[in-house]
Order: sequence, then C-alpha cells, then structure tokens
Amino acid sequence: MAKYNFAVNGRAQSVDSRDPAQPLLYVLRNALGLTGAKYGCGLGQCGACTVLVDGEAVRSCQFPVSAAAGRKITTIEGLGTPDKPHPVQEAFIAEQAAQCGYCINGMVMTSAALLQKNPKPTPEQAREALAANLCRCGTHQRIVRAVMRAAGRT
Amino acid sequence: MTAAITRAANRHLSRRSLLRSGGALVVGFGLAKPALAQVLAGAERLLGKTLDPGELDGFFAVHADGSVTLFSGKVDLGQGLRVAYKQIVAEELGIAPDRVSLVEGDTALTPDQGPTAGSSGVMRGGMQIRRAAATAREALIRVASEQLGLPVEELEAANGEVRSRTGGKGIGFGALIGDRRFAMKVDAKAKLKDPDTYAVVGKPLPRPDVPGKVTGTHGFVHDFKLPGMLHGRSIRPPSVDAKLVSVDESSIGHIPGARAVRINDFLGVVADDEWDAIAAAKALKAAWSESAPLVGHGGVRDWMLAGPFESDQKIVNKGDAGGALGAASEKLEATYYWPVQTHGSMGPSCAVADMRDGGVTVWTASQATHKFRGVYAKMLGLPAEKVRLVYLDGSGCYGMNGHDDAGADAILLSRAVGRPVRVQWSRADEHGWDPKGPPQMLRMQGALTPEGRIAAWRAEMWIPKATAGLPNVPLLAAVEAGIGQAPGISTGLISQNGDPPYAADNVEVLVHWLKDSPLRPSNIRAPGKIANSWAVESFVDELALKAGKDPLEFRLAGLSNPRGVEVLKRTAALIGWKPRTAPNRSGRGQGIAYVHYKHNETLVAIGMDVEIDRRTGAIKVTKIACAHDCGQVINPDALKLQIEGNILQTLSRTLFEEVTFDKARVTSLDWAGYPILTFPDAPEIVIDVIGRPKEPPLGAGEAATTPVPGALANAILDAAGVRLRAVPFTRKRIKEALERGAA
Repeated sequence: MAKYNFAVNGRAQSVDSRDPAQPLLYVLRNALGLTGAKYGCGLGQCGACTVLVDGEAVRSCQFPVSAAAGRKITTIEGLGTPDKPHPVQEAFIAEQAAQCGYCINGMVMTSAALLQKNPKPTPEQAREALAANLCRCGTHQRIVRAVMRAAGRT
Repeated sequence: MTAAITRAANRHLSRRSLLRSGGALVVGFGLAKPALAQVLAGAERLLGKTLDPGELDGFFAVHADGSVTLFSGKVDLGQGLRVAYKQIVAEELGIAPDRVSLVEGDTALTPDQGPTAGSSGVMRGGMQIRRAAATAREALIRVASEQLGLPVEELEAANGEVRSRTGGKGIGFGALIGDRRFAMKVDAKAKLKDPDTYAVVGKPLPRPDVPGKVTGTHGFVHDFKLPGMLHGRSIRPPSVDAKLVSVDESSIGHIPGARAVRINDFLGVVADDEWDAIAAAKALKAAWSESAPLVGHGGVRDWMLAGPFESDQKIVNKGDAGGALGAASEKLEATYYWPVQTHGSMGPSCAVADMRDGGVTVWTASQATHKFRGVYAKMLGLPAEKVRLVYLDGSGCYGMNGHDDAGADAILLSRAVGRPVRVQWSRADEHGWDPKGPPQMLRMQGALTPEGRIAAWRAEMWIPKATAGLPNVPLLAAVEAGIGQAPGISTGLISQNGDPPYAADNVEVLVHWLKDSPLRPSNIRAPGKIANSWAVESFVDELALKAGKDPLEFRLAGLSNPRGVEVLKRTAALIGWKPRTAPNRSGRGQGIAYVHYKHNETLVAIGMDVEIDRRTGAIKVTKIACAHDCGQVINPDALKLQIEGNILQTLSRTLFEEVTFDKARVTSLDWAGYPILTFPDAPEIVIDVIGRPKEPPLGAGEAATTPVPGALANAILDAAGVRLRAVPFTRKRIKEALERGAA
C-alpha cells in the first residue's frame, strides 16, 4: 500500500492505494467523498469524470492516482457551492443548463478550463471545446449559452 | 435529494426521531454530505402513513410550521417534474412553492401512481395531485371556517394561510392541521382553481435541483453509501444465454477482501473497495458454454419478414384501402427500417441493496419503484411488505435502461454476503445488456385522387408483440440465477401513429406481430412512435411531391384539427418555409413534419434546415424550429428544455445510432461503437410554445421526438434529391444514396 500526497480543492490530502494505476476518480469519490465527478465510461470518451489537474481539464477515470502525486486537483465541489457558485456554475443555473445532470460535472469543469485559457470564446469555440463531452438528455444548446453567459457574451 | 428536501426534512426532525433512527440508518452521500442521514431520519418519522392514492394523507403532510410535503409516486428523471409538481401544489393549495417539498418514489411513503413513463408525469400524475391539493385546500378552508366563524364562501387559501377574502387575520396551515392527518378521501369533485387566476402555474420557475447538479452536491444513486457497504460488480456472460460452467475463485485470491458470488449462472464479485471490485471482476476466471442465439444486426430485416409471427392485426381499418389501391392507376410504395437502439444513459446503471432481517431496502433510480417492489419481492419469495424501494436520481434513462437489472444484481449480492452492496454497471454492461429499443419495419402504400388528395393509405408494420400480461421485463440476474421470471417481451405501445393525421379516404394499418425481438427489449422514449411518425411523414412528403404539391400545403389541406393547423403554420413561419413542388437539390434543403401524438395528445410540428456535402455525404443540420401545443403549460422554461432534449436526442438517434451485434453478443459496447450527437452536431433550435391555459395539460416528455426524423429526411430529400429509408442516416448511407441517385 503506497501513499500519495496531493492537494484537492486547496487542501493537502494523503491517500493510500494498493494499486498505483487506480484512477483518480475512485480515490476522489470513495476515499475523499467528493462525488461530483461521475463515472460515465471509464474510457475517457464521455467527460463525466472531468477534474482540473494544475488547471487542465483531465479525465479522472484515465488519470492514475500515482500521477496525481504533488499536483493540484480541483473538483466541481472546489469551484463553488450552491450558495457561492463559481461564475460558470452561476451561468449554468441562470440558463437552467441541466436535465438529469449526470454529465454536468464534465460540462462545468471543461467550460471552466476553457474560460481560463480563452475568456471570450465564440459559440463555435465552446462547441469545439466541449466536443468530447457527451450529453444524452440534449442540453447542448443551454450549455453553450451558459458558457457564453459566463464569458459575458450574452 | 434536493436541497429543498433536505431543508424540509431537517425541519421535521425531532430529537426523538433522530434517536429512533440512529443505529438503524446512518447513511450519506459520500463523506462530505451527511445531510441525507437527516433526510432519511425525517422520512423515517413518517413511516406508517397511508399510501392510498384515494386518501388525502396518501399525498400530503402539512407540518406544524405550515410547510407541506408532497408524497409523489412519480419521480423526476431529469425532465423537470419536481418543479412542475411544486407549482401545481403551490397553486392549488395556496402556498409558496418553496414551502412545498417532495418525497418521490419511496414505496414506504408514496402512493403508487404508476411508472413515470409515457409522458404521464404532469398529464396524469400531476392532475391526480392537483385534485388532491384542491381537496386539501377545501378541507383547510372548512376547518378555518369553524375557527374564524366565517362561511367558507368568504374564505380563501393563499400564502400558506386561510383568510377572509375581504381582509383580516388568517390562520396558517400549520395551525389548522399541522402534523395531524386529514383522514379523508381525495374528492374527485373538489373545485379546481380557475386558470385565469393562476399566479404560479405557467411561470418559468427555476428547477430546484439545478444548483446541486452544477455544484456536484446533488445526490445521485451512484453517490449513495451505507455503513459497511461493499462494492459489487455483476459479471455477465460473454454470449447471450451462455451457461456458467465453472468459476475459479482462487483467481481473485490476491485481491484483499474480494469474493465471488455464484448462483447458478449468476456471477458477481464484491470487495470493500470499489477499485478492488473492478479488479476482481476483471481477474475472475470463469468458463462459460458457447452460445450464439442472435440474428446479428445485419440480419434483422430478413428476420422480421420471415417471422415467426404471433398474429396479424388490422389496427386501423377505414373504407377499403386494399380495394382503392388495387383500383388506382398509380400507387406509391416505400419501406422504412428503424434499427435496434439503446437508451444510452450517460451513467451506467447503479443500485444499492441492503438485505437484512428478512427484508430488503433498495436505493434505485427505477422509473417504477412500486412495480419493482412486487417484482423483487417475488424474486426473493418475500411478501411485498418486506421490500422497500427508495428512489434516488439516476442518469437520464428515457425508458427502462439497466437500472432495474442493477437493482436485482445488488439484491442477490447483498443476500449472498449479508452486507449492503452497491452495484455499478460498467459502460460495456450498459451498452451490452440494458434492454433495447426494438427494431421496426414499415411498408407504406398510397394512392392519390385525381385532385391530389390521399385516396388510399396502407401501412404494414413488422414489430415485436409485447407479451400480454407480462409482469416485468425479465431481469437478467433473476434469469441467470434460475429464479422464475415470466418469459416474454415488453416494448411499450409501439404501434401507434402509423396512420396519417391527414384526411384520407381509405386507411388501413396492418401489424405483423413478431413473436420475439432480436435483443431483450423494453420501452425507449416515445416507444415505436418515432419510427412510425418518420415513415408516415416521409411517405406523406412522397405523396405530396407525387401530387405536385408543396409539402406544407399538402399537409394543411388534409388537416382538420385547428390546433394541428396552428402548430404547422407557426413552425413554417419560424423556419421561414420556402414552398416547393420538387426537391431543389442545391445541397441546402428544408423539411417539415407534424404529429398529433397518439392521435389524442400533444401536437407538434418541426421544421428543419440542412446542408449536405455531396462529396462526403456529411449532413449538417443548421436550424430546427418547433411549435408545440401540449395544452396548459405548467412551467414554460422547463417545457422548452424538454422539447430541446426531445429534439436533440432524436436527432442523435436518427443520424448516428444503431446497436450492432453478432450471433452471440452486442458489439457496440462504448461511445466509439455507438456514437451519439456531439456539440458540433447540435444545431440552433427555436421553439414556439403555444400555451392554452384553459385546456388540460398533455404530456411533453416524448411528443416532440416524433416529427424529428421525418423533418430531417424531408429536408435531405429537398437538399440532395435522395430519400433515406433506413436509420441511421450515416454519411455512408447518404453517399451511397447519392451515388445511386436514389429518390
């Protein structure tokens, strides 16, 4: 059993894992109780598990816990709360951009990462940035509008 | 569980109820969210209440602080039912919506209102609740009348109190009945409020679950934990119907705490740690028999024509379509094929079961908790009273996906190991084993009158026949474990909307009912009606062009329902309809389609602009317009989101989706093998909601799906001169059609 140290949402964490290849997703959801990131495919295809690692949007189902050592992880819980939402989350609420909500973690995290790099994306750029995030309920239009709102483009 | 429910439950807490539930149920969503323990403790306090939907106490509890809990047998699957119910109750009862909290789909607390399916949430469930709320309002007014010494005619319920219509101090609901039972029947004659006075219904209130969903704090069943809970994985056979020959448990001996569970052909693993359970499922060596019972996706069409058949049935027979077709100098004929599709939930199915003391509790995202209470009880040989299902939000399912199977998996594992077990399906489990939308084939024949109206319409359908009286879709785990499941198939009502909504002199719809389906079927959104409406609206376009008429004009000329005429006209205006009597073949095209859902529910028309790249066969949908009339609208914004979802999901199903399988197994096991719509594919959508406050509300969870493929196919014909008659409309299919010059 090896120990891995990293920061999650600004707090130092030390977790044990028997397997260095254990995806970060399971460590976050089970050891740390941060269940905002969701298991969707375990293949990096859908984006439901997205977290930020040193500011980059990363598929936590594909990211080994050993690779997280020494890094700064941000989960959706670390962005904001229902009472104090992050501007991206606020925009998603304003646009009511969620149906079942299972994919929304990935949408919010990927959008937050996009806006860090490109604070004023066009709708086309937002669609491109979210191209590998899947939504089954058909909330796409609202999500793009939310990104535009968060970017101050509406 | 929403924050509102949490808050409401917290308010109900008493020290005693906390103590009583302590030890028995200390549960939570992850470590960061202990609130659920309190929610359940609050709910536990109410156990023993009546579940009778004929009783007012079945639906409502008014608490001492004047807040109200609605016990709803129907559940919010992401479709916005939660806010709609709050609005219906708030309006009819006379209380602020945020003073109404919901308990959904808990079989120990809510009345059985039937499954949350078939667009029935508002149309049926909501109207049941509205009538109950009106009964409660009248009851509260009667109690207040005695206390205030004023006649009931002079009183009104508003803002959580009953007061004189002419002013003066009122009495709060809490003071009138707080924490006591109504002990009365729901009055079918309770007077409903006049829609002209509505202040809450019809307003775009925000959905209460969205803040939690976008901040990662909304509790899904996937996030639910119990003390001592093990993580389980069910291991499905490598081939459909394969038998388990042997299991080598030593193959997982190196994984701490991992155990294999075998019950006949049912196989699963459990471990303390989730990643260990995954590793054990992967490492466990098992030998299975060979099995190859399937027809393969390429063989479905031939299989459908060959049978075996259950029966032939004429479900519509007006005039003499056969005779009219025979007498016609010219007739059109076309065959359409809709493939097997999957629900494609973003989150693979998950459930938690805790079997102990001769009973079981299952936390599940089931659309039909009350029904599956009986199903699970039978599976376990227990009386229904020993089985409780508690609904928690799942990943959107749009019909019965794998969640009820995951529940059965979790129950069998929990029974075997004597601990609570959480079963999480993998992506390959969900894509491979969730029950599928059945395939459909339709052959249309039609002829025109000399004036260019429809003289004869004959639709033949080849579709699987749902087994009469089947209690449930046979559950994988139960079948594998050798526990009796009534054999048969379930499909939803898949034969509706095969006849045109337009005037036709002679109409026949003949169903060739197939005995089986290529893969275990279940209901998938708007069962059958998407394919049927697609074939109808495609064929109507073919007849219109044959008649030398503009497709919109042709439809309007045959349409007598004024609400139908209005949705078509409004959609045409919204899309900027360009009349035509032949495909323009410029590479850009426009299509329109219309449905009167089930011929008696919601009316929808959809217009679509598309571009076709003739070189690659690529389709780009550039704009979709939709006018939608579902009668009274409870929440226009939530409704619009449902319409958007219906449209985009069906666009995905039409453009991309087909389950592939060989003779032994499903082969489209991930999002690469079963691609769906992505952001760059999603067009602009404009929606015109036609509100009719005085009309009854109709379902909106499905209707807008149905005109999507017809509008798309008609637009493709206009753009490129090719008529697509097999879904999905892949690039390859379009390119081949262009090369053939098929029209």
